[in-house]
Amino acid sequence: MTDTTLTQRAETQSAPAPLPFKSILEADALTRKRNAAEKRFKMYGIAAIAIGLFFLVALLWAILSNGLGAFSQTFIKVDVPLDRQQIEAAEKSVVKTSKYRAIIDGAFASELTKAGISTDIPTKGLEKLFSSGAAATVRDYVLANPGAIGSTVTFDLIASSRVDGYLKGRVKREDLAQDKNLDAAHLDLADQMEDAGILEKRFNWAFITGTDASDSRPEQAGIGASMVGSLFMMLVVLFLSLPIGVAASIYLEEFAPQNRFTDLIEVNISNLAAVPSIVFGILGLAVFIQFMHLPQSAPLVGGLVLTLMTLPTIIISTRASLKAVPPSIRDAALGVGASKMQSIFHHVLPLAMPGILTGTIIGLAQALGETAPLLLIGMVGFIASNFPDGVSAGFFSPNSAMPAQIYEWAKRADPAFYERAWGGIIVLLLFLMTMNIIAIILRRRFERRW
Amino acid sequence: MNEMPNIEQATSMTQSKISASKVQVYYGDNQAIKDVDIEIQPRTVTAFIGPSGCGKSTFLRTLNRMNDTIDVCRVEGSIKIDGENIYDPKVDPVQLRAKVGMVFQKPNPFPKSIYDNIAYGPKIHGLSRSKSELDDIVASSLQKAGLWEEVKNRLDEPGTGMSGGQQQRLCIARAIAVSPEVILMDEPCSALDPIATAKVEELIDELRENYTIVIVTHSMQQAARVSQRTAFFHLGVLVEEGKTQDIFTNPQDKRTQDYITGRFG
Repeated sequence: MTDTTLTQRAETQSAPAPLPFKSILEADALTRKRNAAEKRFKMYGIAAIAIGLFFLVALLWAILSNGLGAFSQTFIKVDVPLDRQQIEAAEKSVVKTSKYRAIIDGAFASELTKAGISTDIPTKGLEKLFSSGAAATVRDYVLANPGAIGSTVTFDLIASSRVDGYLKGRVKREDLAQDKNLDAAHLDLADQMEDAGILEKRFNWAFITGTDASDSRPEQAGIGASMVGSLFMMLVVLFLSLPIGVAASIYLEEFAPQNRFTDLIEVNISNLAAVPSIVFGILGLAVFIQFMHLPQSAPLVGGLVLTLMTLPTIIISTRASLKAVPPSIRDAALGVGASKMQSIFHHVLPLAMPGILTGTIIGLAQALGETAPLLLIGMVGFIASNFPDGVSAGFFSPNSAMPAQIYEWAKRADPAFYERAWGGIIVLLLFLMTMNIIAIILRRRFERRW
Repeated sequence: MNEMPNIEQATSMTQSKISASKVQVYYGDNQAIKDVDIEIQPRTVTAFIGPSGCGKSTFLRTLNRMNDTIDVCRVEGSIKIDGENIYDPKVDPVQLRAKVGMVFQKPNPFPKSIYDNIAYGPKIHGLSRSKSELDDIVASSLQKAGLWEEVKNRLDEPGTGMSGGQQQRLCIARAIAVSPEVILMDEPCSALDPIATAKVEELIDELRENYTIVIVTHSMQQAARVSQRTAFFHLGVLVEEGKTQDIFTNPQDKRTQDYITGRFG
């Protein structure tokens, strides 16, 4: 076909029906429709994100407004004269702390007169301002420092949860009608004490380092012990699930033959990732505690159960990141005479590392927030004083975990515990955020271009 | 015992480096290569040409058993390098690949420094006893690949940061570094621009002095430029093999004639 025939053809074709002129300056019906659809879709997207953000803000606001209170605590400053006779009498009695209470009450009454505050509450009634743990604080000090007996020591004693709540705005005067623990006179006194500088709210380290407390002393409850429990569990999970998960995925992805059996394994791993966590809890109870007789409520068992739960997550993400390594890298390594092992460990694994680490940390974060399986293996015990004596004891001694502790507090009736539960959620979220930040940093550090 | 094969080896050396006979390659039930017999001469460049899917790359990959990595791939027949059958069960493919290096279609440097790219092979094969020996191997490999002048001042920079042509020459240097006897090249210039291609072709011509080179190419001009012998594959069959000049000027087979004159392919 030559050029002349082409032009002839073009002329003969265009001559009979010249196309009507169409301006590109104004959109036709189809284009308008298409653009409108695009605009609508963008709006849906923005609306979806806005709804998501709204709920996120609402959630954060609820958590912070309810939980921040747990991080401050009201203390009453009292000069307690440690009179030898009184202390000896108290130590001889059966309920020793109740005698110490009397000592505090006396000291507090004179403190009030010194500050020029008068009240018609009898001295005995003043003890309602203090936590029932205050007497133990004084006694512990006396036992630790016998030399201080005979002198006067200034104590910062924990106020009761009602007084604490009043200062934080949780307890209101009108609520007191149904409350027999405190009356309006106490609140008047608290106001006066605050003005005189005897009553003071400050940061509550005991909440972060402390242990759980009994129902009558919510002001003393802390999340420290369960943080230790969670930490030990996470150590178990990390040291078991990372090597097992990575080894399993490398084998499945790089070495295993493609046959029905490996297909079956793959399907089951994916299914395991979707199994409800409480099922893993029952499995752990049956296998680790009833069959293997491992100690109940121990972080070791909790860690083992959470390892089972985390493994599928790690395996799936590790396999995905191994798959994402371009085959040309494997070819390159094999081409210079590397063995399969060498090509995987020298080239493929380093490139897959960011993905593996991210998957592992996401798995760990998931395990950190898991409550249901812990309920079944008893890691939800009341742990009043349990900081393990050593690392090895830490794995075997009964403990609680952060989400289990939060669940426990949320169950209790006293609103002061409710506040602790929200506070615990803040601590848990901080932990999760830290882990996620670590994941991001590791990702950045290991990421390589190819 | 040891004397005999050595003599055999020596005699076969004078004839051909690689000799394949009755090679069949199957992918599952599909036969990709049928009855290929070929003798590849030492210290020459042999080009495999043919239309897409004719099996030339597949056959190339059987020469250093890269096909082993594909589960469904099966090879029959015998391929001898220096008189030794490389599909003998006693052969370790890893050892074989140190002897028969490979350069791939797409430049695939490791995401590491230029130095590490070259040094990796010698390291895993224990070719150097000290850091200075390794430095020497890296330098001489880069020199042989004609890359030394361009990169000698930036050996610590990533190999992936170079231009496509440099990357491919880096891959050739990487293959040379383990001192192979045969270098297989699977369309080494298909991802490169004409200038980079010219450099690589020049390099291939220089390497011919020391290595046996087998190159798969889609470009007949390239085959004509770089090779001394050419093999034409079609539908899994080796149609014709001979001196490059003869193949291009005086093909014996109708199919070869049609292909090189552009009737199909």
